[in-house]
Amino acid sequence: MAIQEPPAQSTNLIGLTRADYKGRPSTLCKGCGHDSISARIISIAYDLSLKPSNVIKLSGIGCSSKTPAYFLNQSHGFNGLHGRMPSMATGATLANRDLLAIGVSGDGDTGSIGLGQFMHMVRRNVPVVYIIENNGVYGLTKGQFSATADEGQQLKYAGLNELPPIDLCHEAVINGCGFVARSFAGDPRQVEALLKAAISHRGTAVLDIISPCVSFNDNEDSTKSYSWGKQHEEVISDFTFIPFREEITVDYEEGTSTIVEMHDGSHIKLKKLDNNYDPTDKYAAMRLLETAHEKQEFITGLIYLNEGRPSLPELEKLPETPLVRLPEEKIRPSREALDALMRSMM
Amino acid sequence: MSITSVQRGVRPTDIEDSPAGVNNFTIVAATVNGSGSQTANNCLLRALFKMGIPVSGKNIFPSNIQGLPTWFSIRASKDGFTARRETAEIVVALNRQTAAEDIAGVAPGGVVIYPTEWKLNEDRPDITYYSLPVQQMAKDSGASTEMRPYVANMVYVGALTELLGIEVEEIKAALSDHFHGKQKPIDLNFGVVQAAIDYTKQNITKRDPFRVERMNANTGKIIINGNSAGALGSVFGGFTVAAWYPITPSTSLVDALNDYAKKLRVDENGKATYAIIQAEDEIAAIGMVVGAGWAGARAMTSTSGPGISLMTEYAGYAYFTEIPAVIWDIMRMGPSTGLPTRVSQGDVLMAYYLGHGDTRQICLLPGSMEECFECGWTAFDLAERLQTPVFVLSDLDLGMNLWMSQPFAYPEKPMDRGKVLSAEDLNRLGGFHRYEDVDGDGIGYRTIPGTDHPLAAYFTRGSGHNKEAQYTERPDEWEENLARLARKHEFARTIMPKPVIDEVAGAEIAIIAYGSSDPGVVEARSMLAAKGVKTSYLRMRALPTTKEQREFADRYQRIYVVENNFDGQMCRILQSEEPEHATRFRSIAKCDGLPLTGRWIAQSILEQEQ
Repeated sequence: MAIQEPPAQSTNLIGLTRADYKGRPSTLCKGCGHDSISARIISIAYDLSLKPSNVIKLSGIGCSSKTPAYFLNQSHGFNGLHGRMPSMATGATLANRDLLAIGVSGDGDTGSIGLGQFMHMVRRNVPVVYIIENNGVYGLTKGQFSATADEGQQLKYAGLNELPPIDLCHEAVINGCGFVARSFAGDPRQVEALLKAAISHRGTAVLDIISPCVSFNDNEDSTKSYSWGKQHEEVISDFTFIPFREEITVDYEEGTSTIVEMHDGSHIKLKKLDNNYDPTDKYAAMRLLETAHEKQEFITGLIYLNEGRPSLPELEKLPETPLVRLPEEKIRPSREALDALMRSMM
Repeated sequence: MSITSVQRGVRPTDIEDSPAGVNNFTIVAATVNGSGSQTANNCLLRALFKMGIPVSGKNIFPSNIQGLPTWFSIRASKDGFTARRETAEIVVALNRQTAAEDIAGVAPGGVVIYPTEWKLNEDRPDITYYSLPVQQMAKDSGASTEMRPYVANMVYVGALTELLGIEVEEIKAALSDHFHGKQKPIDLNFGVVQAAIDYTKQNITKRDPFRVERMNANTGKIIINGNSAGALGSVFGGFTVAAWYPITPSTSLVDALNDYAKKLRVDENGKATYAIIQAEDEIAAIGMVVGAGWAGARAMTSTSGPGISLMTEYAGYAYFTEIPAVIWDIMRMGPSTGLPTRVSQGDVLMAYYLGHGDTRQICLLPGSMEECFECGWTAFDLAERLQTPVFVLSDLDLGMNLWMSQPFAYPEKPMDRGKVLSAEDLNRLGGFHRYEDVDGDGIGYRTIPGTDHPLAAYFTRGSGHNKEAQYTERPDEWEENLARLARKHEFARTIMPKPVIDEVAGAEIAIIAYGSSDPGVVEARSMLAAKGVKTSYLRMRALPTTKEQREFADRYQRIYVVENNFDGQMCRILQSEEPEHATRFRSIAKCDGLPLTGRWIAQSILEQEQ
């Protein structure tokens, strides 16, 4: 009797299995939106055949910031300080421009102490996929409002939120971010598409993903809850991500679609919906966000796209070889150079 | 107050300031900030230097761009002393606001030079007054109205050149050097110098004993400030990422870093082999440095006390996560905003223990221009060897004032990149534990992000971690980790720069000092020796201390720890590092914003000895 070989585990283009992209078991609450986002990161990393050793996972402090331990075990990562992952990301990506940086933050981490570093990261166009797992509430400290909580929200212990929210997408657009998107942890297809596109972006890509907190902020009337998200999500744009190694074969209908070439040679095919929204128009993006805020609409999709700005390593005119790989003779000038300088000071 | 007035009100003393005479005096130019006197002062200083006379320059300046009083003191010392003196023999009074105090502060027998236009009452019989028509000469120079206040300073350069016998050619060379050979400003300024020389010759009869004579003490020496030296050392240390935020008095270190790196660190394709980022604040600056260090770069920042306060949390993070970083602290007066343009050694205690929880940082204490340069590269070697932040505690006096120095020596050792595992190492080892003490020195092995191996990755966190770099709350693992860090600190003692020790046969007492307090101690020892008091001396160069320091303290019953802060911070650190010697250490500390003088140090020691 012939022995049947076990079915070959499916592998991606670089020969890795899906399991190779997993992390350690999550310690977040069961049903947390953040875990579903981690699953999406694992999924797209496998799909895109990302080389784990070429990825770094970055975070600050908070529930969301714990998640980099729960995906891509074969990638280096850090938990930095609260709200200050952007500065570490800036240093790390300057030191090694070849690394793909995936940052995970939360609304507490980014919207309060981290707002300054967030704005300056965007301003410098640091090459980071910056994911905000936004649930409007502080989980680890058990249920205080964050700066993104909508006005009029009620929480069990914190009571009524009387302050207007900070819209992090709006802040990013105003500050010149070239990739701004909002999504919903309960919409895995869109999260994955946006993640793939964000990775191809040239500089900072901001993904504000509403990610319900099942323990402290998942009441039906909360704008950050699963039920609210499912009932109110309005997709503003539809697009297809075409990796650089694939030809553009999807139907291209003149007048209804636009093709945008990303920095790494990938393409995004933007399909116009009924609303005629154009994500390459900055003023339209700001109007969209302002209107959504006024009407308390939950809009999702790619809000703004601009591939024109150079990223920080480009702006700094760094060599193609990452700074960390430069050999000693490239970073220590010669004995003769020092001697000449000394003579000029005598 | 005027810096020349410090001597007034001083209690009767046994120790007098060093005597003045040929090649031995202090000139103080009292001017208004922003009036361009720096050109004149540098020109005088450089001319004296080129005449082979040991010289040093100190700028006592206000936290202001324009309008407040500023003093520049030039000390010529045939014996090579470079500390601040309390007396000034020659005062150039160009600031009407402070003139009365400036003139009152001139040493008896001294000289004052002032503008004739002031029509002063020359009411001190014990000093010599010379006046020149400064404003008229500036007007006659042909300079535009806005340039006149600047060239006016050249009047005192000319007057002093003639009165002291400074070689005119050296003044001209210094101007040429200052203006990088640009003929127009050289001619304009030298025109004023020449006019002042001529005026002095024709109208002033010299009635004072001060003059200069060519010497041969400076052959092969350079003149530089510590911030430039530190920046240059960092360029040769192979820094690749620098992040900073402007703050006095550290800004000029990064300015110099920019200048030197542009010249020395651009590759054959015109690409910079470094990045210098002006951050949004010190909090972000240190974050960038820690991020770059984590990714494998030689990363640095430069700041001063308030910046160190802001960097505290990331400094503690880097200590606990064991990420190399170099942090220059150009110390100024604290607490709080303090005096941004005045010196102190007041961050020593804070820096050594910077961070919440049980934290002990590595500190280097440069005491000369050569050591500022050396720290530039050794700090990176130590940071990467020890996988921890290294603080270079310089200060405003070292950093911003001008000092003579031997030329800097090229680093003799290749860079020490510390314990870093490559993909090949991982193949051989079959994996690693980030925080495992394999070698018994408390230092684990690390991998650099981007290392192409499935076992290279580890996760960095400031929260509790075990040797595998995994999150842990277990009491035994927590204690084990802290014990390893303590072991690492003890290992650091064996590789830190050793103190510089000068023991004198028959000396019963010893002095310990560090950093910019050294020049004062050097002069104080000479003054004490003249009184028959022999002293041995240990100059610290690092924290933690090495065993040589403890052995030194074993040999002396009374050890004076001299420093420029109010609380005697280093004395306290030494008392806790060496409890068995705690009663031997006696604090000689002063904190008034000015560098310590030899006279004050000698006097203070003598008073305690009597």
